[in-house]
Amino acid sequence: MHLKLRVWRQAAPQAKGRFVSYDAPELSPDMSFLEMLDVVNERLIEKGELPIAFDHDCREGICGSCGLMINGVAHGPMRGTATCQLHLRSFRDGQEIVIEPWRAKAFPVVRDLVVDRSGLDRIIAAGGYISARTGGVPDANAVLVPKDDADSAMDAAACIGCGACVAACPNASASLFTAAKIAHLGLMPQGQPERSKRVLRMVSQMDMETFGNCTNIGECQEACPKLISIDVIARMNRDFLRASLFGREERAGSSGEI
Amino acid sequence: MELRARIPSGPLAEKWDRHRFEMKLVNPANKRRYKILVVGSGLAGASAAASLAELGYQVSCFCFQDSPRRAHSIAAQGGINAAKNYQNDGDSIWRLFYDTIKGGDFRAREANVYRLAQISVDIIDQCVAQGVPFAREYSGYLANRSFGGAQVSRTFYARGQTGQQLLLGAYQALCKEIARGNVLMYPRTEMLDLIIIDGRCRGMVTRNLVTGEVVAHIADAVVLATGGYGNVFYLSTNARGSNVTATFRAWKRGAAFGNPCFTQIHPTCIPVSGEYQSKLTLMSESLRNDGRVWVPRKSGDARPPHEIPEGERDYYLERKYPSFGNLSPRDIASRAAKEVCDEGRGVGPGGRGVYLDFGDAIARLGRQTIEERYGNLFEMYQRITDEDPYRAPMRIYPAVHYTMGGLWVDYDLMSTIPGLHVLGEANFSDHGANRLGASALMQGLADGYFIIPVTIGDYLATAKLDKVNADHPEVRGALEGVAQKTKRLLTVAGSRTVDSFHRELGTLMWEKCGMARTATGLREALQRIPEIRAEFWENVTVPGSHAELNQALEKANRVADFLEFGELMCRDALHREESCGGHFREEHQTGDGEAKRDDESFAYVAAWEYAGEGAEPRLHREPLAFENVQLAQRSYK
Repeated sequence: MHLKLRVWRQAAPQAKGRFVSYDAPELSPDMSFLEMLDVVNERLIEKGELPIAFDHDCREGICGSCGLMINGVAHGPMRGTATCQLHLRSFRDGQEIVIEPWRAKAFPVVRDLVVDRSGLDRIIAAGGYISARTGGVPDANAVLVPKDDADSAMDAAACIGCGACVAACPNASASLFTAAKIAHLGLMPQGQPERSKRVLRMVSQMDMETFGNCTNIGECQEACPKLISIDVIARMNRDFLRASLFGREERAGSSGEI
Repeated sequence: MELRARIPSGPLAEKWDRHRFEMKLVNPANKRRYKILVVGSGLAGASAAASLAELGYQVSCFCFQDSPRRAHSIAAQGGINAAKNYQNDGDSIWRLFYDTIKGGDFRAREANVYRLAQISVDIIDQCVAQGVPFAREYSGYLANRSFGGAQVSRTFYARGQTGQQLLLGAYQALCKEIARGNVLMYPRTEMLDLIIIDGRCRGMVTRNLVTGEVVAHIADAVVLATGGYGNVFYLSTNARGSNVTATFRAWKRGAAFGNPCFTQIHPTCIPVSGEYQSKLTLMSESLRNDGRVWVPRKSGDARPPHEIPEGERDYYLERKYPSFGNLSPRDIASRAAKEVCDEGRGVGPGGRGVYLDFGDAIARLGRQTIEERYGNLFEMYQRITDEDPYRAPMRIYPAVHYTMGGLWVDYDLMSTIPGLHVLGEANFSDHGANRLGASALMQGLADGYFIIPVTIGDYLATAKLDKVNADHPEVRGALEGVAQKTKRLLTVAGSRTVDSFHRELGTLMWEKCGMARTATGLREALQRIPEIRAEFWENVTVPGSHAELNQALEKANRVADFLEFGELMCRDALHREESCGGHFREEHQTGDGEAKRDDESFAYVAAWEYAGEGAEPRLHREPLAFENVQLAQRSYK
């Protein structure tokens, strides 16, 4: 198999980036997309050129490290798939493929296809947890969780934090990411005491990170490798409204702990 | 070097309680004066960093990934064991302890394993309190399943993503402490050396992977939770970034390495498909609950699986191990697969594969039930192989998955360097020569949430720790050493890529130090590895500079260490003239091809000490005393 690549190269965050064309012959349709980039990189190194930098680690769709815009689509043409799980059999022989990093103001490019997604960590740090300090917790079966709730919580908790939702969104909103964590914890009985505080803080952090607003376009759920539904965003908005009206905590990052 | 395991006295079941009482405590107000560095943010590292910070210590946590949430613990699929006995099927702390000791082929410490079984129940409580969405029954109670190597249902799980959910629980606890200012997080940062002053570990040197900046961090204690070294084989189920560098460099600074040859080959992985392959994908062992493993009876039978009638199939695990059948432990199931493939009965390209067949289970339980249980795994399989496992059986083959060996630690999880503690897969402690399914998550979290927060206090309270200045000669020396090594890698300017060396080493290790080992093969490897290493330092090419994000340089650093470490593994495998668990020496097997242990001569932990550049490492032995279990031949028949 033979592909023609146009890859975004950018030496440093402030450097000017540009597309560079690479010819990629002698590939196998059974290769994963990242294995194809490995092969291209090996050939570049052998020629004494700098390899294309891209984030990757587990290569089985769970760590969330990888993420590329492939012909303008986050994680490429296959639904419910992270870039590392995509195989060349999804492409035509001879096809031209444009590879770009995630594009969002809140995800500055570090190098080539590598971006800085630390804003997502800061959203979690703002409140995406249940404050259960180690030790001193009740027996695991002391609090029952209806199976449907546990299943729905798991659906939302499946998020791998790759940032595809942000990259796919025309507003570069992190709503699907944020709402997935809020839904996961809000569906569990253990998550109730901090529910209002959590949604207020996480949403406020999301705004501070310069992610855009959600306008219900739905591109995020199409791009999500774990097929997380935008229903969680509706849930977040309900929680947010309720917390804003009745919650005890004041709005907008007032805690000073972020 | 003296190996002091510091196992508390008294009856097995009371040791941990007694020890916790006897340990010195650090006054709550004094805790904030101590600085602890935690390297790694997987289950062990994240849970340790969060728990230590909650106690009031100043914690810094480091990971090479862009976020602590991406550590490789995230990929664990099947579940986590705990002796809750929620199923009333006869489980107990004692049984989990016994299964783990036996599963490890009697090459682990009784006291450590018992403590692990005791703590297992607290882990589940902790994770549920954090909101981990474990599988539930319709009643709302927690669900369990059985898992390889156990006859009780003690495994808790969150679909096929248990590791992910447990790690996110620990990561969220860590984030909470980061937000409160109690943990300083350093993502995209790699530890490259330790700082040892007056015989104690007082800090480390790191490289910022984005800017290339090399800095020294001074502290009162260092905790390594940097995972295993399975990537020495190049192809493994480990994440691409998983490496031996942190533990190996600690070894070079004086930490003994325990049982490096004990590696686990997991029986159910997707077979290799081509040269370009970058990693192997595990299919959760839980699949063996409902899938039946078979190969054709006749060698060279090339018919597609559905054309092979029942009578011409060999369900070899059920045949050889009737009481455990398809749930036989990993080492046994892997070796059995290799055996039938060596006989020419393997299936798929290259004949390196066996069938894992769900036909019966789908007929018995219906497709929907199977989908509920394993839907995501089936999907993953289909995505990779382009075959539908609901219609045709999966093809699987063993692959390197986990390393039981690791830095030697005492009962307090401290290495032979005072002040250097080692947790999770990075230490050697609990799994002996073979790890049972769903026990890695248990150990990582036991070490991080419940053991290190107590034992490190005892060290800090009793050690005399003088202030260390940033211009101390040891600090400067460590910084310089790292800078020099980096420079050397960048100036070789040869013609071979780092990956090509890694692949060559990996192939050699897999052939000579993989599922079956012989003295001849190991000697060949011991001769060959230094040759590959020499060529590496003469002919590797690493483009770019050190002062930038340079992934080729990162790899080169790690592969350079693997090229030395592989030799230590082979040396250990050669010296251990017995078969046990994952270590199968062809010279030592029973009449029916099972591992033959030699308890007389080898019931010990082999702890290797670095003896300097070019010198043979020194072997120290920690004898294993079995006072509570009887050493028996492991039988799963």
